[in-house]
Amino acid sequence: MERFFLDVAHLLAGGLVLTSFMLLYQTRMSSLLVVFALQAFVLTLAVGWQAHVQHAPHLYITAAIALILKAIIIPYALSRVVVRLGIHRSIETVGGISLTMLAGMGCVALSMVVMMKAMAAADPLTREDLAFALSVVLLGMLIMVTRRNAVSQIVGFMSVENGLILAAAGAKGMPLVVEISVAFSVLVAFIVIGVFLFRIRERFDSVELQVLDDYRGERR
Amino acid sequence: MVLILDLAVQGVQMLAVLALAPLLLGFTRKVKARLLRRQGPPLLQPYRDLLRLSRKEVVLAENASWLFRSAPYMIFAATWVAAALVPTFATGLHFSWTADLIAIAALLGSARVFLALVGMDVGTSFGGIGSSREMMFASLAEPAMIMIVFVVALVAGSTQLSHIAIFMQEHASLRVSLGLALVALVIVALAENARIPVDNPATHLELTMVHEAMVLEYSGRHLAVIELAAALKLLLYVSLVGCIFFPWGIASGEPSPAAYALGAVTYLAKLAAGGFLLVAFETSIAKMRVFRVPEFLGAALMLGLLGTLLLFVSRTF
Amino acid sequence: MAVSATLAAIAVLLGTATLAIAAHRRPSATALIYGICLAVSLLLLALAGTSLLGRQPAQHLTLPIGLPWLGARFRIDALTAFFQIVINLGAAAASLYALGYGRHEEAPGRVLPFYPVFLAGMNLVLVADDAFTFLVAWEFMSLSSWALVLAHHHDRENARAGYIYILMASFGTFALLLAFGLLAGPSGQYAFGDIRGMTHAGWLEGLVLVLALVGAGSKAGLVPLHVWLPLAHPAAPSHVSALMSGVMTKVAIYGFIRIVFDLLGPPSWWWSLPVLGLASSTAVLGVLYALMQRDLKRLLAYSTVENVGIVFIGLGLALAFMANNMAGPAALAFTAALFHAFNHSLFKSLMFFGAGAVLTATGARDIEKLGGLILRMPQTAFVFLGGVLAISALPPLNGFVSEWLMFQAVLLSPDLPQWGLKLSVPAVGAMLALAAALSAACFVRAFGIAFLGRPRTPEAAKAAEVDTASRASMFVLLALCLIAGVLPGLLIDAIAPTVAGQIGQSMPAQSTIPGWSIVPIAESRSSYNGLLVFIFITVSTLVAIQFIHRFASDALRRAPAWDCGFPNSDPATQYTADSFAQPVRRVFGENVLMARDTVDMPPPGDPRPARLTVTVRDPIWEVAYAPLSSFISYAAEQLNHLQFLTIRRYLSLVFAALIILLLGGAIWS
Repeated sequence: MERFFLDVAHLLAGGLVLTSFMLLYQTRMSSLLVVFALQAFVLTLAVGWQAHVQHAPHLYITAAIALILKAIIIPYALSRVVVRLGIHRSIETVGGISLTMLAGMGCVALSMVVMMKAMAAADPLTREDLAFALSVVLLGMLIMVTRRNAVSQIVGFMSVENGLILAAAGAKGMPLVVEISVAFSVLVAFIVIGVFLFRIRERFDSVELQVLDDYRGERR
Repeated sequence: MVLILDLAVQGVQMLAVLALAPLLLGFTRKVKARLLRRQGPPLLQPYRDLLRLSRKEVVLAENASWLFRSAPYMIFAATWVAAALVPTFATGLHFSWTADLIAIAALLGSARVFLALVGMDVGTSFGGIGSSREMMFASLAEPAMIMIVFVVALVAGSTQLSHIAIFMQEHASLRVSLGLALVALVIVALAENARIPVDNPATHLELTMVHEAMVLEYSGRHLAVIELAAALKLLLYVSLVGCIFFPWGIASGEPSPAAYALGAVTYLAKLAAGGFLLVAFETSIAKMRVFRVPEFLGAALMLGLLGTLLLFVSRTF
Repeated sequence: MAVSATLAAIAVLLGTATLAIAAHRRPSATALIYGICLAVSLLLLALAGTSLLGRQPAQHLTLPIGLPWLGARFRIDALTAFFQIVINLGAAAASLYALGYGRHEEAPGRVLPFYPVFLAGMNLVLVADDAFTFLVAWEFMSLSSWALVLAHHHDRENARAGYIYILMASFGTFALLLAFGLLAGPSGQYAFGDIRGMTHAGWLEGLVLVLALVGAGSKAGLVPLHVWLPLAHPAAPSHVSALMSGVMTKVAIYGFIRIVFDLLGPPSWWWSLPVLGLASSTAVLGVLYALMQRDLKRLLAYSTVENVGIVFIGLGLALAFMANNMAGPAALAFTAALFHAFNHSLFKSLMFFGAGAVLTATGARDIEKLGGLILRMPQTAFVFLGGVLAISALPPLNGFVSEWLMFQAVLLSPDLPQWGLKLSVPAVGAMLALAAALSAACFVRAFGIAFLGRPRTPEAAKAAEVDTASRASMFVLLALCLIAGVLPGLLIDAIAPTVAGQIGQSMPAQSTIPGWSIVPIAESRSSYNGLLVFIFITVSTLVAIQFIHRFASDALRRAPAWDCGFPNSDPATQYTADSFAQPVRRVFGENVLMARDTVDMPPPGDPRPARLTVTVRDPIWEVAYAPLSSFISYAAEQLNHLQFLTIRRYLSLVFAALIILLLGGAIWS
């Protein structure tokens, strides 16, 4: 039974990495948000499962926050933002999808090696879960690096945060305060960025970061 | 005596896949029609189509070569042999040691090469477009398939399908890399069987068609054989998914009539479930642009590679 | 005994060359020379076959020629014998083919004398047992093949090919010279037997590995040293192209194995990384280049690059396993590499012969000037189709078996302890699978455009089947491909002594397994039965045909093509080679090969034709070779001033050089 618990936890963590790859692969804003909601849902399951396995009721709260905030409210709000901004069509990536995917593979391989070496003493499942969490973080950063659009950068940022929550839920005994504060910080960041997006667009008629760079005189 | 029994079971398997293939096709068409709120053709319509085709005369293009006339049989034979080697209701069939999963993938590759060649035989532009796109898809789908084989083989310690099925029955566990391989295999299966979103099996006269473009010049009995081979291929992939990822019910160990009966019933249930899921997926998604397909298949290749990588790095995945 | 007989046969080949110089103007010379070459090759084949199959121990012979303190040493061991079989089988097939094909040669005086010398040179490389003899034979082989490349030297392309070839060949020999120098050490022990007994420092071993990769790799066509190969191989007459592609690259592989596996001593694990990296990129890039070619022979040459990459993948895996004391998997990988080398010599020769037959029949190498040949040259088309299936690694032919063994070796590599290998070997497996799939696409394109469809030119429409000798040679090779694919166990057992000689262990004996299956490790792990697959497919085909002919209508009517109701009788409406490659070009080529399609569409009312221009560039040429070549021109320009010095200045230059050398010697010691 113990083995089964761990297997399910493992599978859910792997599912999170898979959804990160799906985020990397998506080129459309609306489907990007749908996949992001899916990732948050998988995160909910993963954290909920950890709560069940570890008998840690406070993790249920984390799971609930992830579900309500990230799987429902934020994607819904962002999709409204996207529609109002009129950018629910294509988003361009820097340097092609296949290259991005290859870079993503490299990130996963790297996090595997790092975790295997850094935590050689820990039991294999824990360290592989941590390796998955690190992969999700790196892939989230990769999304932020490869996308030009501000909204997809928000998605990348929150994907990074998903990875952190996964790591925290796996490591036993994370205080609830930290989680709540992290969740709220994301919410605040979302609101701030959301407000800024509209202000930016009002001024520059675009949410392309390139335009902002141009305005600052950082021509490439 | 044992040998004769073995051969008989093997023969039953070969005939069963042949007999069931059009039924699966009919089932998917019917379910699809129902999901779209249409009445749909009867379940047995594919059999009638095959019968009708085989009774019609062949209209052969003037410059068609010997390859064009013999290729349908080669395509059919390669697909049939491959389908006969996948455990459906029982493992360890007599000839199952003939070829492993890599060889089955390569047999399907032979069938595809012949199909792509005959697409170019008459020298029409439609045939060429089909062949060229088919080979482009294959150049990504085949490595993806090999990577899936790697994942499965590394988990089960064998590339032999019977062994894989028995291993999966005994050591059923949730593994991340197997999950990745399943997603990748579904993508490859969609592409190989020319299903939506890669190709549309129901259209003609569209520049987006691939499989239908290659067989455009065929008629009569040749077309019947090719259609049967295509149906067999669909059955093969559904059986493959069932045998690797959902091996429950497949008769293994000591052969007994009860085990075979159970295997047959679960096999039919798996076919029905697989067909239903396929159609449900198809009706909920639109066909892709042709040059989106390489990205789709590339994703399968990446998933397979990721799964293999995970297994190389650690055996606990 | 075997050594002296082999040397005698090589001497006969050299004698044949002088005979050819004397008699090349006679009309009967072609048949005579190629007849002798065929007989000698068969003799050498029989000699090597008996020594390999008879599992004879290594035999030595030293002749008092060459370096005075060393003599010329010769040796035949299992490795030599295996490669002698590969080479003389290819040579025999090429000689048989040339009995017919050679009659169309317009300048036999430029081919006939060099052909036997080329064969002799390749055989001599294999039997050499000291560095001096090896290098002399190697250079012999290079120069004679260079002369053959220049047989049709009036063509500007060929002249350029010859120039680049001789440069690269000299560069490769130079690298090998340095490698042997390092191996021989300060005491100058050039005999292979002495080198084997020595131990070398770690850095020195690494340097020798790199030099061997450069030296043998440039001959075999490893990326980025492949640039000469697709130029030089097609430039020669077709039977020589077959020899160069199918056989001479194997001599290069032999050189690599001899140096790295035999002479260099036990490997370190990191040796496999550069080998695997170069090999897998060679495999994928080679076939991608091949997919973009329109010249049939150049396409085949690029595909040789790919197959050499596959062989080197096997060798790299063998090195990795050997370094970790995993002798069983190492034997599997090494067997796969040798098996693939053998297979490639068969089907690549076959396909070059087919290309030669097409060239004879139509005068065209550009596949976009062909089409519909299957109706006019049915037998050539049949054998070429067999070659297509074999090279695309499709069962039940032989190409599949070697790639299957290679995949089995990859599947054993998670046990390797090093992280670098754990992460790179799966990627190598993916590259191998990608190369196999792309090669199927490449050869479907080649066969489909050249042999299927409708003729695109009047020459193609008037093509006729070629002579009997050429066809016989191709059929023999196809039969060998089928036998090697259907009964691979026999071949694996035959090369077992070769594998055991280098790895210390060979694969388990296969011919004792019931039912002719091959089982690399254990039956529960994997098995493949080529014979049964072949029988299965044949029986199923026959059953299907019987059934259809019994129960279905057999009415048949010939009619114009359907083509969705709009058939167009103009052959220009067919798919072309460039349009067939377009999807692959777009998916893979844009990043890797800098492939660009530009469409020039005139505005309405402008009567100009619309044009589609496809440019494919070789990035390696532009990044590595073009700057190098311009630097060399610049340096030559500068050094040119040296030609116009006074005698006194020349003398002072020489004096200064001498002083610097002596100073260096003084400081060094």
